[in-house]
Amino acid sequence: MSTNLSKQDPTGDSQVGTTPEVTGTPSADTARRRIGSTLVRNGLLMLLAFVGIALLLETLSPFRVSQLGVMAYYLPAIAGLTVLTGLNGQISLGHGALMAVGGYTTAVLLERQEGLPFLLVLLISAVVAGVVGLVVGAAAARLHGPYLAGATLALAVGLPGLALKFDEFLGGDQGLRVSPPRAPDGIESFYESLMGDNLSGQRYLAYYGWIIALVVLLLLSNLVNSRYGRHWRAVRDDEVAAELAGIDLGRMRVQAFVVSAVCAGVGGSLLAVVTRLIAPTSVTIVLSFGLLTAIVIGGLGSLLGAVIGAAVLVFMQQIITDTGLDAGLDASQAANIAPLVYGVLLIVVMLAAPRGLVGTVRMAWSTRAAARRAGA
Amino acid sequence: MSQQSPLGTATARSGSSFSVDKVTVRFGGLTALDSVSLHVQPGEVLGVIGPNGAGKTTLFNVVCGFLRPDEGVLRWRDRELKGLRPHQLAGLGISRTLQGVGLFAGMTVLENVMTGAGAQAKAGFVSALFGLPRSDRDEATLRDRALAQLERVGAADVAGRYPGSLPYPVQKRVALARALVSEPDLLMLDEPAAGLSNVEMDELGDTIRELSGRMAVMLVEHHMDLVMRVCDRITVLDFGKVISTGTPDEVRNDPAVLAAYLGDENETSGLEA
Ligand SMILES: Nc1ncnc2c1ncn2[C@@H]1O[C@H](COP(=O)(O)OP(=O)(O)OP(=O)(O)O)[C@@H](O)[C@H]1O
Ligand SMILES: [Mg+2]
Repeated sequence: MSTNLSKQDPTGDSQVGTTPEVTGTPSADTARRRIGSTLVRNGLLMLLAFVGIALLLETLSPFRVSQLGVMAYYLPAIAGLTVLTGLNGQISLGHGALMAVGGYTTAVLLERQEGLPFLLVLLISAVVAGVVGLVVGAAAARLHGPYLAGATLALAVGLPGLALKFDEFLGGDQGLRVSPPRAPDGIESFYESLMGDNLSGQRYLAYYGWIIALVVLLLLSNLVNSRYGRHWRAVRDDEVAAELAGIDLGRMRVQAFVVSAVCAGVGGSLLAVVTRLIAPTSVTIVLSFGLLTAIVIGGLGSLLGAVIGAAVLVFMQQIITDTGLDAGLDASQAANIAPLVYGVLLIVVMLAAPRGLVGTVRMAWSTRAAARRAGA
Repeated sequence: MSQQSPLGTATARSGSSFSVDKVTVRFGGLTALDSVSLHVQPGEVLGVIGPNGAGKTTLFNVVCGFLRPDEGVLRWRDRELKGLRPHQLAGLGISRTLQGVGLFAGMTVLENVMTGAGAQAKAGFVSALFGLPRSDRDEATLRDRALAQLERVGAADVAGRYPGSLPYPVQKRVALARALVSEPDLLMLDEPAAGLSNVEMDELGDTIRELSGRMAVMLVEHHMDLVMRVCDRITVLDFGKVISTGTPDEVRNDPAVLAAYLGDENETSGLEA
């Protein structure tokens, strides 16, 4: 039997995204189901999220806007990892490497094929990462627990090494510079007429990143609320019962891996564009650990948790580094305490709140609801 | 519409039966099943009994594709099942409950039961990805079917709960609903009465009798009262061999069966009743 990560928390709340909590009698339940289609429901949610983000981007300082830009490229990768680890029970320490695949693909395409539309570049990057994910996932489907962790760790360590080996093509240590997209004229003038202000390059990038990230979240949340999401979770919870229900374990594992890799590829592509650079230093093992920390903090298996995890990751990184600098460390030392803190945080969260932030709040909520019911 | 199993209509299946023909399974030097043959017809409840270690679970595992027989063949609807893999079972109209419960702990009761019929959903990946109406319709159908099964086993009121928060007998009923939601033609029950009270066992017996109107049932069970009450025929295994087959009365009075159970007082008490 497997020793998948998620099995340590078998009662973990895996209600994801926008599925309403199913309670009560079947008739009440059936009534609730009629609330619109999945697409409309999730689409409205994302639209709402976009309005919120736009408000933030318009009111916050340039520094905060740049942090939101960083969050935008973490988000797809973290959401994808949530699906893989939280819902499907496969651990990956190699998602930073899959981001690297997306990022380098984007950089190379933009360098060599000038004039390719950014969206096309993004899609190709996602597909390339998906193909790598297919290969890794096919191997991973046969591995469990520590073996899977080890194999994906090797990927995280090894893959960036390719950039050094093929340095003429991939830029070696220096990495590849990426010229970020400029806002299309139509959008720029629309923005100007709306806001009465220029659309700064940085702000446009943050918008670009967030729109992509929200689309990824929308699609993931559709999937997670469908039969596929359910089958991923079934495989995680009980392999034998899942097989007897007609689920092909290997197929579902590879599928989850590919979906997750595609998301990481999108994240990597955004990373290259938002930071204007892709280099071995931008996709180190620390990145992979950071992603894992984020999903654990947020709560395994919840997309909302992925968003919270991404926020914590971005803003925590800055706080840690600042604290390090204040304490008299030099810049590179300060940058190096982040991974240490991730590790400690991972352990603390696993011990103190194994359901993550979202799971813990939800748990407290349902306990209170149960107490109220019992009291009534 | 999408209610039908992929293999065709109910009438086309009505002549179907399941048979195991001279199946042998060896674990190293131990022969867990020794040229075992049995068959079960639609509408019939076949009991498979035998002392501990007789090979009952091994038999189920062979039938489900978890184990490959060293010799012998399995037939289902007059076709030989070759190289069967467990996940193909549901598509063939065969369901099995597990010894214990084997529910998905991180999913609600309703989701657990919906998963049981997941193999029959039609909407593809793209519909699911874009949340298209086709996928939503599929889900709605599955949900209705799952709720109907939960109602049948009397667990509809816990549809939104997680299995871990339910009493064991309720969990077993949910597991049964999950096996039934695909509307199988052959239902395999591995010790469904374990951990149930006498009243619950009686209810289970009624349920099994009722189900046998629509499907073939294979029942592995240690509780002889239940076996004798619900089974049309019984096959007795001992040390991997079939030592007796017949109606409950025939098996009860078979000296070979009594000899096999000698020394196992709990179980003989039921036999001699
Ligand atoms: N995987 C295995 N490897 C080796 N021997 C096995 C294996 N599975 C079962 N056996 C042996 O095969 C024999 C039959 O076991 P099986 O579990 O089928 O019995 P059973 O009739 O289900 O017993 P019980 O009533 O205790 O559930 C036993 O002697 C058992 O020890
Ligand atoms: Mg057994």
